[in-house]
Amino acid sequence: MLEITNLHASIEDDGTEILKGINLSVAAGEVHAIMGPNGSGKSTLASVLAGRGGYDITQGSVSFQGEDLLDMDPDVRAREGLFLAFQYPVELPGVNMATFLRHAVNSIREHRGQDELSAVDFLKLMKEKAAFVNLDPSLRSRAVNEGFSGGEKKRNEIFQLAMLEPKLAVLDETDSGLDIDALRVVSDGVNQLRAADRSFVVITHYQRLLEYIVPDHVHVLMGGRIVKSGGAELAHKLEEHGYDWIKDEAVVA
Amino acid sequence: MSERQTIESRLLETWESRAGSAMNGRLHDGRELAMARFREAGIPAKSEAWKYTPIRRILERMPLLSLGAAAEGDTLSAADVAAFAIDGLDAFRVVLVNGRFRADLSDLAGLPAGVRILDLRNAASDPAVVEHLDGTGQEARDAFAELNSAFVQDGMVVVVDAGIVLERPVFIQHVLTAGSPALIQPRLLGVFGKDSQARIVEVCRTIGQDHVLTNAMSEFHTATGAVIDHVRVIDEHKDAVHINSLRSYQEGGSTFSTNVITVSAGVVRNQSYFLPDGENCETHLSGFYLGQNGAHIDNHTLVDHAKPECYSNELFKGILSNKAIGVFNGKVLVRQDAQKINAYQSNKSVILDDTARMYSKPELEIYADDVRCSHGATTGELDQEAMFYLQTRGIRKDDARLILLEAFAADVLDRIRLDAVRDHVDALIRRRLSQN
Repeated sequence: MLEITNLHASIEDDGTEILKGINLSVAAGEVHAIMGPNGSGKSTLASVLAGRGGYDITQGSVSFQGEDLLDMDPDVRAREGLFLAFQYPVELPGVNMATFLRHAVNSIREHRGQDELSAVDFLKLMKEKAAFVNLDPSLRSRAVNEGFSGGEKKRNEIFQLAMLEPKLAVLDETDSGLDIDALRVVSDGVNQLRAADRSFVVITHYQRLLEYIVPDHVHVLMGGRIVKSGGAELAHKLEEHGYDWIKDEAVVA
Repeated sequence: MSERQTIESRLLETWESRAGSAMNGRLHDGRELAMARFREAGIPAKSEAWKYTPIRRILERMPLLSLGAAAEGDTLSAADVAAFAIDGLDAFRVVLVNGRFRADLSDLAGLPAGVRILDLRNAASDPAVVEHLDGTGQEARDAFAELNSAFVQDGMVVVVDAGIVLERPVFIQHVLTAGSPALIQPRLLGVFGKDSQARIVEVCRTIGQDHVLTNAMSEFHTATGAVIDHVRVIDEHKDAVHINSLRSYQEGGSTFSTNVITVSAGVVRNQSYFLPDGENCETHLSGFYLGQNGAHIDNHTLVDHAKPECYSNELFKGILSNKAIGVFNGKVLVRQDAQKINAYQSNKSVILDDTARMYSKPELEIYADDVRCSHGATTGELDQEAMFYLQTRGIRKDDARLILLEAFAADVLDRIRLDAVRDHVDALIRRRLSQN
């Protein structure tokens, strides 16, 4: 599904290197968690995968379903099946939720050789998927994320994920700022979307999300590199002991 | 040599040669006076009001303009103007070709009693014209208003008597067509009686590519309790220069709304003066400008709050690209006795590339102490993070850009209350943005 090989990325403006040789392999149906302290490069990795501007890829490659991901524009990546759930979902004043999603769904359907959804079918789909993450139906007639609470914004990201049915979803700190109820709703939504042909990369600072979304693999990102990988139990160990023991281990290594 | 003549002396010569055909009575005196004032004022060369629109230089660069060219539109047929219709707009229709009222192309069937729509040429003795033509806004007169008044002849009059609610809007199609460089000076006079209601939609279009200068003037007199809604869409070609002076006078308790949508490829100056001259007036003034490929669009407004307890809300927004220039100069004046005024003003522009420019100058001048006023201006690029967000949802870059630009324009276009007109303007702007 996703093959990241020796990925190096720097900030375009000042040349600061953030990712210093990431290697990661995600197979179909797997859930990978990427954990790490602040400033370790987690969000940069999510940004680079989704194609955000402002970064230079200086070395390495990313292959997505056998294609060169880095060669694609962000919208092509999305149509090929990549989804990024934003840490800070963007407010789009004046852009109606239904109009926005209809554009998105139909762009992706067209790319997959499917017919456009009729207005009726589209509204039916919206209703069904909104229920999925307990999204207030009235939000659908409002402007995208405008005036949404923090929890509503995050649920809206998962709602969009459900609407667009990607092959690979990257969740960038989806748990940040969520209370326990919202966290449960978001996690339930993600768990229902887990499928044999759909993979997840879950980026988080805290272990608590991983109690609800149980990952197949956990990776620790520090200083722009993956310094440790393991199973779900690694997340528990990080929760108990923090990151310092890995730092020491990494230095020794 | 005629090449050495100033614009003013050329215009004076033309004016004198046509004096014999001038209209009678009060209009005639008005014309003499206006010409004298025009000669005194002259076309501005260096003035604060025209700082970013060097009108004198613009006019000097134009070829010799002929007033006679206005007659060239007399052969225009219904088929020629059919293309400028608005789908789904059920309205009384007036066609002005080169400023001249064309009864044969207009459709005023079923006009209710108490409503008069007249050719200005035949209306010199109409009581509304006698009372209100050149009746308001003497303070706001400038060379172009004087010039229009000096030549006043072509145009139309709308009179809605007291208590009449005109259900169907009045749709005015301005069509410019000239086989040679022309000066067109249409006049619109709207007189709306006590508690009347009316909606006026104007669309300005050009046929052909000749140099043409429009020096238009509209006067609206809105009596107590009347509710008037006005939209003007200006969509002209590259060599068209359009100066559009609007003067709105309101009696107490009236509501006047105007929205000017400018998508021209040439030079446009919309200069509007609002005088809410009584308590509890509502004044809504807004505009949208889409400047592309070297267009120059200047919106200049003055709201003169002389009376207390009034409300004004001003919103101008625009999108500029490829060497286009936008200008906004909006002034809200709250005079000393005008207490309890609520006045809001906002100007926002999006610049799509670094060859386009926006000059924005919002001004509040307040002499009363118990008022609520705010103003603000922003100019910026399209939000890159918003673009990225849309793209990560599979939406193509061009579509994402269009979605965001339409969203940006939405609140000012929402002020167009007639659905057919709103749809027409939406489609027009979408088409132009897609071409860019």
